[in-house]
Amino acid sequence: MAKISINVNGQEHQLDVDERTPLIYVLRNDLGLKGTKLGCGLEQCGACKVLVDGKAEFSCNTPVSVFENRTVTTIEGIGTPDKLHPIQQAFVKEKAAQCGYCIPGIIMAIKALLDVNPEPDRETVCEALSDNLCRCGTHPQILKAAMRAAKEMCK
Amino acid sequence: MTLSSSFDINPELDSWLRFHSDGQITVFTGKVELGQKLITAFSVIAAEELDVDPGRITVKTADTMYSPDEGYTAGSNSMESSGLALRQASAKARQELLRMAADKLGEPLKSLSVTDGEISSTSSGKSVTFWELMGGRRFNIIISDEVLPKTPDQYRLIGNKVPDIGFEGLVTGTTSFVHDLELPGMLHVRVIRPPGYHAQLKELNEVDVRKMAGVIEVVRDGRFLAVVCKREEQAVWAAKRIAMQAVWDESQVINTENIYVQLKKNTRQSLPVIGGAAEYSAVPPFNPPENSDKTISATFQRPYQMHGSIGPSAAMALYDDQGLKVWTHSQGVHPLCLALADVLELEKDRIHVVHMPGAGCYGHNGADDAAMDAALAARSVPGKPVLLKWERVDEHSWEPYGSAMQVELKANLDEKGKVLYWNHETYSDTHLNRPSAHGENSRLLAAWHLQYPKSAPQVKPIPGPHTGIHRNADPIYDFVERRVIKHLVRDLPLRVSTLRSLGAYANVFAIESFIDELAHACCRNALEFRMDHLSDDRARAVLEAAVTKAKTGPDSKEEGHGRGFAVARYKNAKCYAAVVIDLFVDDFGAIQLERAVIAADAGQVIDPEGLRSQLEGGLLQSASWTLKEEVLFDESGIVSQDWESYPIMTFSEIPEVETILIDRPDCPPLGAGEATQGPTAAAISNAVFDAVGLRIRRIPFTPERVRDAATKA
Repeated sequence: MAKISINVNGQEHQLDVDERTPLIYVLRNDLGLKGTKLGCGLEQCGACKVLVDGKAEFSCNTPVSVFENRTVTTIEGIGTPDKLHPIQQAFVKEKAAQCGYCIPGIIMAIKALLDVNPEPDRETVCEALSDNLCRCGTHPQILKAAMRAAKEMCK
Repeated sequence: MTLSSSFDINPELDSWLRFHSDGQITVFTGKVELGQKLITAFSVIAAEELDVDPGRITVKTADTMYSPDEGYTAGSNSMESSGLALRQASAKARQELLRMAADKLGEPLKSLSVTDGEISSTSSGKSVTFWELMGGRRFNIIISDEVLPKTPDQYRLIGNKVPDIGFEGLVTGTTSFVHDLELPGMLHVRVIRPPGYHAQLKELNEVDVRKMAGVIEVVRDGRFLAVVCKREEQAVWAAKRIAMQAVWDESQVINTENIYVQLKKNTRQSLPVIGGAAEYSAVPPFNPPENSDKTISATFQRPYQMHGSIGPSAAMALYDDQGLKVWTHSQGVHPLCLALADVLELEKDRIHVVHMPGAGCYGHNGADDAAMDAALAARSVPGKPVLLKWERVDEHSWEPYGSAMQVELKANLDEKGKVLYWNHETYSDTHLNRPSAHGENSRLLAAWHLQYPKSAPQVKPIPGPHTGIHRNADPIYDFVERRVIKHLVRDLPLRVSTLRSLGAYANVFAIESFIDELAHACCRNALEFRMDHLSDDRARAVLEAAVTKAKTGPDSKEEGHGRGFAVARYKNAKCYAAVVIDLFVDDFGAIQLERAVIAADAGQVIDPEGLRSQLEGGLLQSASWTLKEEVLFDESGIVSQDWESYPIMTFSEIPEVETILIDRPDCPPLGAGEATQGPTAAAISNAVFDAVGLRIRRIPFTPERVRDAATKA
């Protein structure tokens, strides 16, 4: 097995894993970053989204080797319970989670959007979340949280 | 106040509450958190009655070793059973603590007051805390009937903005789902299901698979196959290899005849529903009055639909000389324990089942089956914890769906538009197929696939009020005469069980669409027509509130736009909900929801935001079912295997949603997580009629169905 080196949340990691391993298993099982959720393994639901060089990408199906020389950010990399990112704060304020399984992937997609478009309208947020699924029907609260976060971050 | 039924089998105060010396309090419930914010509501209830800060309370959910047995977390019952039990247990504990403080401080009971767990005397200023009195000790008392909880005027937390319990964990990804568990030496498991329900394993060459990197064990028992590996991706790959190498006999196929034909022609057992309750008695004859002015009938259809959890079903299991320990997101750890004991032939005392959060399940999904699968895999590697996850295809193809249903309605009206006779017949498979103790039989998927398989027990029509098929079949209107029949249909093709709101979704869809049709047939306003037949003031109030609120928004009379509404009271006994939908139907028949208004009365409001998100979530999920969802299958198996072949609602498809809560502080709090499912479907159907003049009576309302209806109109 070749050594794979990846940069996750600002840290370099050298790993002895099969290079075909989808990134999500490396994040969750080798690096202990369980915030990234496995939903479908088919790049259809968005629960597994992480930032790759700032863009929201699926991590459930793409081999870890593809991420060499790129920077990966997971939900753990943007905030912690003691030090929430403004997007996470907005989600707490709007109580935008029921079961919460889809939420980390959705927050990462919103982060990628707000980083390039700090003042999106509702439609643009919906577009950015077009491949994120939520089954609890928390969409209204999630959209409110996204708009709130945009407002807070523009201050 | 009547004691909660949960005390019948769990009467000890200590089984509900424990005070620790560090100022923390643990409260126990036999219910589980499913994203419905039960933990928030229960923390607030206990904190309110005890007069402590909610931050001191930890709610411990179902665990067969520690928690009271309260069966399943289902049917919108938790607030009334477990919530009431916690309220009464907390009130009892406070009362006992005050008595103990009076003794210790030598002060009269009357002079004592409680602030955040500190009991102080207003006369002497002496004080003692709950934790000083109790710290680690037990009450050792039985809860009898002398419990006096607070009255609404004494509340300081309930109904106000409540704390954000658990949100930090969810938004930072630090909340531990069962999928996230990790124990030293843990192995990973994937299952390999047959290609279809009836496929039999003919041949499997395990040699190649066993040579693959990381493969520890291939579990093969009859046609149950699983692979245990060191790493998760290795299990995924090995399972794929096994799926490719296994040779199956697929000669027995699924009956693909039109499901609505099967619902009518298969063997069935029929029960009359009287006052909402099914009875084992003769079905009364259809006997409409002869003098009616109008006779109208219509048939409504709902296909098989799935729970569609975003997270795949998962479980962890450990088999060792202590017995079996299982971590699961099942809705009923105690019944699951009994079901596992039957299949594994283990004493139930040797099985410890612990609830862990999973992705939202909305009923009986694959959670229990995954626990069974994990137990079978763990048995092949004693002493090693195994974490099992289903793949997406397993979830979509094997979960027990919500049954396809057909509802046939007939009404006779007089010349003034008064309904004289109402006939309602619902045809459906069962909605109650959860695993429990079934002896020789089992409702767990893997049990049917073992070398010595257990078969599914035959279900009987369940009598009683609003149990499954006939949930909400009895209309809330004051019709002079009504005949309501439930038909439990046998030998239907797909596996089914409990899906959020059970039969209520199709029954309310039918009733509330049909009443709109009746109003239209009588050239009457649909709101007035309903009101003329509705004397329940709380139902009238939610309907009035929703329709009035909707009028404050833009009321587009442009072509293709329409508004519809519907009302129901879940199980005719729980939350009242009225829904108004504004939508647009385009030239291709695609329906876009624009705005939704909910008005709900769930009795006393405990956690307004939690309640609102349950109602709105229910509405959006129901809208997704109604517009988009149908499980497709062919002879060899389920065709709806992923989110492309079974699409659900996306962000760009959801309407603006507004919710009005009618608080009734003097009424008991009512479960609300299933209240909007039925009304939403009917409100959409009525809005489509308002928009384009077409009655769509078959769910889902896809563009093809709308175009079809237009062609036939």
